[in-house]
Amino acid sequence: MTAEGSMRADGRLADNIVHFARALRAAGMRVGPGTVVDAIRAVETAGTLRREDFYWVLHAVLVKRHEDHELFDQAFRLYWRKRALLERLMAQLMPTAPGDPNRQKDEVRSRVADALLKNEEREPRRPKPKVEVDARLTLSAHEVLQRKDFEQMTAAEIAAARRLIAAMILPADKVRTRRLAPSPDGRRIDLRRSFRASIRAGGMIDLKTRAPVERHPPLVAICDISGSMTQYSRMFLHFLHALTEVRKVSSFVFGTRLTNITRQLKARDPDEALERCSGLVADWAGGTRIGSCLHEFNRKWSRRVLGQGAVVLLVTDGLERDGRDALGFEMDRLHRSCRRLVWLNPLLRFDGFEAKAGGIVTMLPHVDEFRPIHNLAAMADLVHALDARRSAVDDPRKWLRRQMAA
Amino acid sequence: MAETFRSLPASIDETVALLASAGYVADRSLATVLYLALRMGRPLFLEGEAGVGKTEIAKVLASALGRKLIRLQCYEGLDVSSAVYEWNYSAQMIEIRLAEAEGVADRVRLGEDVFSERFLVKRPLLQALEPDTAGPPVLLIDELDRTDEAFEAFLLEVLSDFQVTIPEIGTVKAEHPPIVIITSNRTREVHDALKRRCLYHWVDYPDAARELAILKAKVPGAPARLSRQIVAFVQSLRSEDLFKAPGVAETLDWATALTELDAVELDAATVSDTLGVLLKYQDDIARMQGSRVKELLDQVRADLRAPA
Repeated sequence: MTAEGSMRADGRLADNIVHFARALRAAGMRVGPGTVVDAIRAVETAGTLRREDFYWVLHAVLVKRHEDHELFDQAFRLYWRKRALLERLMAQLMPTAPGDPNRQKDEVRSRVADALLKNEEREPRRPKPKVEVDARLTLSAHEVLQRKDFEQMTAAEIAAARRLIAAMILPADKVRTRRLAPSPDGRRIDLRRSFRASIRAGGMIDLKTRAPVERHPPLVAICDISGSMTQYSRMFLHFLHALTEVRKVSSFVFGTRLTNITRQLKARDPDEALERCSGLVADWAGGTRIGSCLHEFNRKWSRRVLGQGAVVLLVTDGLERDGRDALGFEMDRLHRSCRRLVWLNPLLRFDGFEAKAGGIVTMLPHVDEFRPIHNLAAMADLVHALDARRSAVDDPRKWLRRQMAA
Repeated sequence: MAETFRSLPASIDETVALLASAGYVADRSLATVLYLALRMGRPLFLEGEAGVGKTEIAKVLASALGRKLIRLQCYEGLDVSSAVYEWNYSAQMIEIRLAEAEGVADRVRLGEDVFSERFLVKRPLLQALEPDTAGPPVLLIDELDRTDEAFEAFLLEVLSDFQVTIPEIGTVKAEHPPIVIITSNRTREVHDALKRRCLYHWVDYPDAARELAILKAKVPGAPARLSRQIVAFVQSLRSEDLFKAPGVAETLDWATALTELDAVELDAATVSDTLGVLLKYQDDIARMQGSRVKELLDQVRADLRAPA
């Protein structure tokens, strides 16, 4: 296709679009060079434009995710004013943000402003703390490490534990899908391939078969990061990071608010991944509101991430004080939208743990499994549990029954 | 590009008019992105909640332009043989048997004969690449989020080159690429690589004025006063804390239902009785049932009375 008159716009507009795209990229949107060329072409295609049309033309090409709409909107308004006006406006906009209740908007705005104004002054990356570990763990030391509570580990032990997590054999919990693939011991006849083979063999019927493809069901982890859970959650995030490399995992953390950290966990290096997460999460080690966070998950995310028969890992101590009706309702909703709901609770490490706290009693009837998650051994057990069918040992009803008896 | 088919709109305003002529009330953002997609020959990727009219856009576009609509409904396990083509094996078998009976010995010729277009079963994607007298068809790839990643990856090639390779026949390439509309309900994220090849648009719930216009166009029998109340009520219902807010489709259903019931005005009892048309989750219905409906209704009445 020839872009007739493509350079007719004397290059000024094209330049401006390029700069605008660069600003969007700096503000965190994914805008590739191909997209920028598209944008210029689109503006040319649309011809002379009203301001509103110009907005939607650029929007059509540059915005690929609904979440980016807000960012684009603000960047557009800031950028496509007269240049002199732009700077003055920014100066006014930046320091004074008088108690805006809409915090997220503010956040976006400052990201955009940052991107437009100071491209160079990025905060230098902090050097990662390095922990030297004695690699020659003796067998007994290894054993100790397996049983040690995450909360009591030293920095060196945590580093060693992280290595063990990374080396853990991950669950083989494949399920059948409806997609078929060639397989010599499949049970369904693959007509297309059989026919071709028969022609090749000169009329001899050569039956080929196919079988359903097996894949890991997606995992969804919802992780409590309130004060009492900090250490466990961090270790669990390492576990999730290792899993994310080999299968589809959607990860969320919550304290007082729910945050999706799936994209952040995809960074190759676990330290970097966790650093990105903590950069994103505002309420690390704060309070917790399980009910309202599950509500948000159910409303905003459940239909998007639980679609293909997902297994949900809910990591929390279940210490919720208020709103028990709401909590039960949301747990029920969550339970009904997934294949299997596993509750991981570090409090279970105590012998004689009893489901007495209100939140726990409310949540227990709605989960398929109830497991401890406080040391490496428990984590390894979880891996086994994920590939097996449901086990009676961890049946949540056991805990409820014991409580009834007491 | 000189085309002999019914011409595509030449401006954004014409696009708005084109959609309006087929009874679709579009806002300007949608018309803009649609116009660009048509002009640039790019697939249009529409995302949004269920029932906001994404699929409808493709249908309307096809009828307004007088093109054929080819629909590929996606589901998990959708594969090449049900999306692109399949050989008619039984017919091929019979052909071979007949050839045997006649004593045809030329195996090479037989092979060519059996793998000819005569025995090819064309599925939607292949159909969309074929020339049509009315012009390139509208290809609707509906609910793409229901397929798996494997099919999505396969689509990448089809959508960027508009060609399909059949080993026995060769490559089929569209002379004029079809108009492609892809929809997704966002039950999962679609891969960036696919989105990059498309123009993207988020279809939102319409505002009250537009929803009223849609209602007038689609359910002309509904009384004016009732229509306004219906739209106002649905709009306020969407701001409630619901698991699934009602879409435009539900509004239309509800208006039809109420018209059938000969209602002239909304009252609490009628709303409660017909809530199932709007809300599809028991939790949501339970939440709205009773006093909440009355509160909303009072508010709607007050709002409608106030400014005019």
